[in-house]
Amino acid sequence: MKFTGKVYKFGSNIDTDAIIPARYLNTFDPKELARHCMEDADAEFPNKVKTGDMIVADKNFGCGSSREHAPIAIKAAGVSCVIAHSFARIFYRNAINIGLPILESPEAADAIQEGDEVEVELENGMIRNLRTDEVYQATPFPDFMQGIMAQGGLINYVKEKNND
Amino acid sequence: MGMTISQKILAAHAGKDFIEPGELLNCKLDVVLGNDVTAPVAISEFDKLNLTKVYDQESIVLVPDHFTPNKDIKSAEQCKVVREFAKKYGITNYFEIGQMGIEHCLLPEKGLVGPGDLIIGADSHTCTYGALGAFATGVGSTDMAAAMATGEAWFKVPESIKFIYYGKTPRWVGGKDFILHAIGDIGVDGARYMSMEFTGEAISSLSMDNRFSMANMAIEAGGKNGIIAADEITLAYIKDRVRRPYKVYQSDEDAVYARTIEYDVSLMEPVVAFPHLPENTRPVSDAGNVLIDQVVIGSCTNGRIEDLEAAASILKGHKVHPEIRVIILPGTQAIYLEALHRGFVETFIEAGAVVSTPTCGPCLGGHMGILAKGEKALATTNRNFVGRMGHPESEVYLCNPAVAAASAIKGRITPPWEV
Repeated sequence: MKFTGKVYKFGSNIDTDAIIPARYLNTFDPKELARHCMEDADAEFPNKVKTGDMIVADKNFGCGSSREHAPIAIKAAGVSCVIAHSFARIFYRNAINIGLPILESPEAADAIQEGDEVEVELENGMIRNLRTDEVYQATPFPDFMQGIMAQGGLINYVKEKNND
Repeated sequence: MGMTISQKILAAHAGKDFIEPGELLNCKLDVVLGNDVTAPVAISEFDKLNLTKVYDQESIVLVPDHFTPNKDIKSAEQCKVVREFAKKYGITNYFEIGQMGIEHCLLPEKGLVGPGDLIIGADSHTCTYGALGAFATGVGSTDMAAAMATGEAWFKVPESIKFIYYGKTPRWVGGKDFILHAIGDIGVDGARYMSMEFTGEAISSLSMDNRFSMANMAIEAGGKNGIIAADEITLAYIKDRVRRPYKVYQSDEDAVYARTIEYDVSLMEPVVAFPHLPENTRPVSDAGNVLIDQVVIGSCTNGRIEDLEAAASILKGHKVHPEIRVIILPGTQAIYLEALHRGFVETFIEAGAVVSTPTCGPCLGGHMGILAKGEKALATTNRNFVGRMGHPESEVYLCNPAVAAASAIKGRITPPWEV
């Protein structure tokens, strides 16, 4: 899986309340959640994000609640990939389970700037900044986890495997 | 090389004698939990598997507690999904309004979780049950769905940080202060992916309610779980509650820890976490002049009977400051009833506080006490992120119940000894 997109940059400890505030958790309709994605970190984000865009953040992205609505909102907003210095544990697991591509790379998180065009190859963990032509190497996921993301999440992956 | 208590519980549930941090294991689960926010997503995923039954009707626990009593039509629809799923699949541990409570107060009270258990819950504060010597961790809805189908989940064995609390605990200091102190020390990602093991003489003399407050907030340091080995206090608590076999585990003398951190609790005073992260801690006497609009006493962190007792002991004979709203939420129906019998509810109402039915409500900005732009709340809850209790430009300060009650009287963040 290869993506190219424009970057929106966020800081450290972006929590799940910032990603999708609890006041919108009375539904799990992805389209509805996408309308409020990242709203408490950047109120304009849902209006300006375009399909394929990426989020690049600093440490501990997705800390706080276990709400799967957080990666669902980001995916439904059209974000192709989230790159962070590090991810909080439950968010990390949830993103893989629902098929939101993520990569951990402190170097990329430090160097990439808001508005940069970035290319990501999920299979080998290669992140290329098209503005500077710098390349950063994230640890690629093992095959089964890439399979989960490629199938759009754990449940699809399990179903697909059962059909094989 | 020995194992920590967390390693031992994971190993036992994977059918192994010895495991090391970093290993990936598939484990059998004792309890799978969900609530009215996370279970509907899990149910929708479960339905995609086209199964006719869940793995075990008694091990799945469903508690509608976040937006209940239903705050709006959408919430009512979500609760209806959970209720109908419980009925269709014969889930015995579904707790309707009138029986329910805040999930992490309710499960220990009902004896549904015990020492040595392996528990996952689609709620990040599932780590609360570590107070009973269980391995309990929060997961998302898809993991919950898969676990409802299989009774299993995969885990990466975490490294452990050992926290040793020694010395005599001062008055007004409790489990909430111990854990806020640690979070302030190591930061909100200081235990990311790791197990937090709480030990030492100050823990040995700590009551169960205080231990629950501690384990509850392991996630606020990024922890996978928080755990306290079961002892006489634990066994006395579970005696008439847990009705299935349980097992008490202890860490080995030669268990390996990533870090060991020691605190002398005799030097501690109540802690306040300032906006907008639980790591922004200060001793209450360094809080300065912070005027507040609302006080919330309750939540899965501090909604138990000892928490209400501490608040009542301070509020008794006093009036809430005229410019403050005080909302008190007992964690379960049983806690509510005990607070009523012991006169705490009367104390609260006479002081000018409101007492609510059990709900997570205001803690996550759901309902029952939302903040307007620019307002400040002091709460015994667990998170003070931007917008957590309402408007993105409101603020939440975290503290223990005694500080919350004293501050409710004074209208500003106040140490309990000033009342």
